[in-house]
Amino acid sequence: MTPVATPVLSSSDWCAVFGQFLLLSLLSIGGAIGTAPDMHRFLVEQHHWMSNEQFSASVAIAQAAPGPNLLFVAVLGWGIGGVLGMGVMMAGILIPSTTLTLAAARWGEARRTTRGVQAFVGGMAPLTVGLVTSTGFILGKPAYGDPWLLATMAATVLVCLRTKISPLWLIAAGGVVGAFLG
Amino acid sequence: MAPPDTPIDPAAEPAKMPAPDEAPSVMSRASAVDAGAQAGAPHSILDDESPRSPRSPGEIFRVFTRLALQGFGGVLPIAQRELVERERWLTREQFLELLAVAQVLPGPNVVNLALMFGDRAFGWRGGLAAMGGMIVAPWCVVMALAIAYAHYAQHPVVAAALRGMGAVAAGLILSTGLKLLPALRRNVLGAPAAFALAALMFVCIALLRVPLIWMLAGLGSLGFAAAWRRLKA
Repeated sequence: MTPVATPVLSSSDWCAVFGQFLLLSLLSIGGAIGTAPDMHRFLVEQHHWMSNEQFSASVAIAQAAPGPNLLFVAVLGWGIGGVLGMGVMMAGILIPSTTLTLAAARWGEARRTTRGVQAFVGGMAPLTVGLVTSTGFILGKPAYGDPWLLATMAATVLVCLRTKISPLWLIAAGGVVGAFLG
Repeated sequence: MAPPDTPIDPAAEPAKMPAPDEAPSVMSRASAVDAGAQAGAPHSILDDESPRSPRSPGEIFRVFTRLALQGFGGVLPIAQRELVERERWLTREQFLELLAVAQVLPGPNVVNLALMFGDRAFGWRGGLAAMGGMIVAPWCVVMALAIAYAHYAQHPVVAAALRGMGAVAAGLILSTGLKLLPALRRNVLGAPAAFALAALMFVCIALLRVPLIWMLAGLGSLGFAAAWRRLKA
């Protein structure tokens, strides 16, 4: 993301990225953020194209901005390869799900109450919960060695569970806390 | 998907949308899609309860841009307010129906919802207008932030502030997951099985780092099969 850390990906790397994101698009049951653990596994653990901190910061930037949280993918792409990375990752994550949605919308709508669709919704719901929780856990990685960051994260969870405060204020507060204590 | 040449004529039928229950449920997928695309919609879902409907893909684009730019930390509540209460393009029930289908399909729920809404109004052009409105302007905002970040990331205070923001982002998403947990009590699988599946998913994905595709193929089929059997009873 910084000039020093920007990796240089070969064209075969880009093909691998594109293929991975095409696949993740079809696997994004319960929203794009549920695929973040797999993106982290691919980009951070497997290929070391970005650090834990860069990954978490990318998601934080997208969360601090308005719009669908899907846009964290654009920030991740920008981080590993500028405009090219952003284009490859966003196209990969959007094309299959968009095509499938347009194709299946009316079909699924007519069958919303059928046993197959209901079994799918019911059977996938626990997995979605597990995925979203995993995403939170993995994004917290940079905080686990730092008591202040860990306290910030824990406080966020508590405040979110107890109040309806806008996430924007919490992100801003996190920035202030980090700037003063980091 | 309605191919570009399907006989949807936005100019002739601007207010008509096929009702959800119009496609006969026994038809093949392809013919159901055709019927949906051609439905000149004898009764629009908007006729009875909803006084307004979008006039053009351009209007859809503008409204979705407006609602997306208000959606800090989640567009869904704003989408509901704008589409149901302000524009009155959908009733509350229609919104929930669209959302239910959007959640079944892969992809960002709110983007799927936009696609389906636009597609119902003006075919694929409306779908792309709604999705574009949802994504384009927020994308520009996010990129401006990302460029600023890349520029100042070396600055110690900025880096520290972003670590704090990252910790909050992690907490926000973790709490989203925790808030969803109680809903599993009413899951068709029964509470113990549903909680066990969620816990197993967390252990395998977050701790063991198993690729998502294996988990969805394995645990996903297990969950589907179990739910299928329970629904029979």
